[in-house]
Amino acid sequence: MANKLIGEMGLHNKISNIFAARNIITAKDALTMTEFELMELLDVGIKEIKSAIKLISEATSPPYQSARSLLEEKVENEHLSGHLPTHLKGLDATLCGGIPFGVLTELVGPPGIGKSQFCMKLALSASFPVAYGGLDGRVIYIDVESKFSSRRVIEMGLKSFPEVFHLKGMAQEMAGRILVLRPTSLANFTESIQELKDSILQNQVKLLVIDSMTALLSGENKPGAQRQNQLGWHISFLKSLAEFSRIPIVVTNQVRSQNRDETSQYSFQAKPKDGLQEHTKTYDSHLVAALGINWAHAVTIRLVLEAKSGQRIIKVAKSPMSPPLAFPFHITSAGISLLSDEGTELKGPGINTIHARGHSDVINFLGECS
Amino acid sequence: MEAWRLPVSSSIRGKLISAGYTSLSSISSVSSSDLARDVNITEEEAFEIMKLANQASGSNSCNGSRSLINGAKNAWDMLHEEDSLPRITTSCSDLDNILGGGISCRDVTEIGGVPGIGKTQIGIQLSVNVQIPREFGGLGGKAIYIDTEGSFMVERALQIAEACVEDMKEYTGYMHKHFKANQVEMKPKDILENIIYFRVCSYTEQIALVNHLDKFISENKDVKVVIIDSITFHFRQDFDDLAQRTRVLSEMALKFMKLAKKFSLAVVLLNQVTTKYTQGTFQLALALGDSWSHSCTNRVILYWNGDERYAYIDKSPSLPSASASYTVTSRGLRNSSSSSKRVKMM
Repeated sequence: MANKLIGEMGLHNKISNIFAARNIITAKDALTMTEFELMELLDVGIKEIKSAIKLISEATSPPYQSARSLLEEKVENEHLSGHLPTHLKGLDATLCGGIPFGVLTELVGPPGIGKSQFCMKLALSASFPVAYGGLDGRVIYIDVESKFSSRRVIEMGLKSFPEVFHLKGMAQEMAGRILVLRPTSLANFTESIQELKDSILQNQVKLLVIDSMTALLSGENKPGAQRQNQLGWHISFLKSLAEFSRIPIVVTNQVRSQNRDETSQYSFQAKPKDGLQEHTKTYDSHLVAALGINWAHAVTIRLVLEAKSGQRIIKVAKSPMSPPLAFPFHITSAGISLLSDEGTELKGPGINTIHARGHSDVINFLGECS
Repeated sequence: MEAWRLPVSSSIRGKLISAGYTSLSSISSVSSSDLARDVNITEEEAFEIMKLANQASGSNSCNGSRSLINGAKNAWDMLHEEDSLPRITTSCSDLDNILGGGISCRDVTEIGGVPGIGKTQIGIQLSVNVQIPREFGGLGGKAIYIDTEGSFMVERALQIAEACVEDMKEYTGYMHKHFKANQVEMKPKDILENIIYFRVCSYTEQIALVNHLDKFISENKDVKVVIIDSITFHFRQDFDDLAQRTRVLSEMALKFMKLAKKFSLAVVLLNQVTTKYTQGTFQLALALGDSWSHSCTNRVILYWNGDERYAYIDKSPSLPSASASYTVTSRGLRNSSSSSKRVKMM
C-alpha cells in the first residue's frame, strides 16, 4: 500500500506531473513530508496540496471490516478458529485453543529448560492430518544452534501418537513435512525468510519456528543502535509475514542477567531510600528475557519457561486473552507434558520474572507419557 | 499583517513582493484584474489571493459583532460545554474517578506502559464501553480501532462484549424492580459489529489513514472513539531521519486534535515505553521522544506498583496528578479493591 504509485490514483494531471517532476512517485514519498514541506518543494498552493493529500490518503488507506466479520472469518476459514493445539490441555484452554495464527508467540527461558523440545513437538503436531489435531501442512524450522534432532522428533511421535505413527509410511511423511534450515548468519536468515514470503501459501507452510532468535542476533558484531535497527526490521517483517499468511510463528528467546543499571521505574515513581532499594528490586533481580523491551512489545504471546526449586514451570506471561497462569511441567520421551491442567494464577509482575535454579538436567525417559 | 505570511506558493509570494505588494492592505485596495496584470499571474490566482488576504485581515478588524476575533469563544461558554461533554467509562470506577469521570470526548488522550500492563485491554474495553446506550449512561456510539501491531484479539473483544451485556442485564433487572426501564436489546455480536477495525502495516498507511479519517467519520457520524494501538510501532522501526519523524508526528497529533474537536469524539493513543538515561540513572519513559510528549493533551501512564496495576495521570490541563489501581479480569477492566462484579453505571 505504501508503494502505491501516485500516477495511478486519479489525481488531476497537472498536479500529478508536478509530483513526478520532484521525484515524489509513491504514496510513501508524499506522506513522509508534512504539508508545508510539500508546498515549499512543489511550489503549489496549500489548498491544492491539501486536496491532493486527501486523495492520496484515501487511496492508500487500508480497508476496514467490523470486529464481527473478523470473528466470523476466523471461525469459518481457519482450523479451530485460528489456533494450533499444543496438546497440553491446560495451556490450550488458557490460550483459547492453542498457539494463535497470525501473530508472534515467544518462548523464553534459561538454557536446557525445554524450549527446543516444545518447538519440536509443535512442529510435529502441525504436520499431522487435521483428524489428529494437526494442520496438515509443512513446517519450516529454523534451527540456528543445531538443536533439532529428527530422532527425537520421531521418538516423540511414536510415544505420543502411537496410533498414527505406527501406520506404514506415516513417520516418513510427517517427518518429511518438517523442513529444517540452518542459517549461517543473520544475512543468510534474512535472505531465506524473504524468499519464504512469496512461497508460503503455495507450499502449504503452516508453521514457522525460529530457534532461537537471540542466537541469530548475538552473532553480529555491531554496536547497540545498529543492532536495534536490525531487530526492528526483523520484527516488522515477521509480524507482517505472520499476518499476511495467517500462520503461527513461534520464536524462542534466551535470557540474560539484569544489569544493575536497569530499572523499571518511571520518573514520577518516588525512589525509596537506599536501604529499601533492595526490597523493590526483588522482582528485577533475576534473569530477564534477552532482545530488549522493543521485542517484548512486539510479541503477542509470551510463554516463560523457568525452573523453581526443582520444578519446571511454564507461565503465560503475556497474552491478551488469558489470565496469568503458571503450569508445572516435565519432559518425558513423549515431549513436554503438564503435571497439572489447573494453572495457578500469578498476580503482579512476578509472572514476567525468570528463575533458573534447581531443575534437574536429566530428562526422565521412563516417566509417564502424556 | 505582512503579505509573506499568506499561504501561497513561494513563486507567487516572490512575485507579489517584488511587485511591491508587501502588506495585506495594499492587496485589498486593488481589484483582482489590476493585481493580475501587475504581478503577472492569472485572474484566478489573483482572485484566490484577494480572498485569502481578506480572510486574514478580516480576523484582525473589529466586526462590531459579538466576538472580537472570529472563532473565539469565551471561557464561560466553554465551561458549560465541557460540563455537558459525555465521557467514556473505563469500567473501573477508581480509574474513572481520577480521569474526571472517564475518557473525555473532544480530547486526545495518550496511554502508555510496559508490555503486558493492559494497554490493549483498555483499548478494547473503551471500544465496547462507548457503545453503552444512552439509557444506561453511555454514549451509544461506534468505535474505530486502528491496529498497527496486530494485538487486537477478536476473541478477547467478544469476552468483554459478553461481560458488558451481562452487566447491563443485571442493571436492568435492578431497575425493573424499582423503576420501569427498557429491556437490554444489545447482543455481544452487535457490539462487535460496531467496532470498525483497520489494520495498518506501515507508517505510510498510518499517516494516510489519519488523513482519511476526516472524510470517513463525516460519513459515519456515530463514531465516538478512535483508538490507535499503538501509535509507536511503525515509527520506531522504519524511520531513519528522527527530525523528520518529529515533524510528521507533530502534524499527525494536530490532525488528531482537529478530529477530536470537530466531531466531538475521544481519540486514544496507546504508546510503548523505552528507557531513558536522565539524572544519572536509567528510567522508563514513553516512546517517541520528548517532542512527542508535548503533543498530546492528556497523558496516562500504566505501571506496576508491587503486585498491582496502577494508572497515573502524568499530564492533564485540568485534572490533578493521581494514581488509581485497576485489574484486568476475564470480564475486562475492573476495580481491584472491590470484589463485586457489578459495573458502576452513571
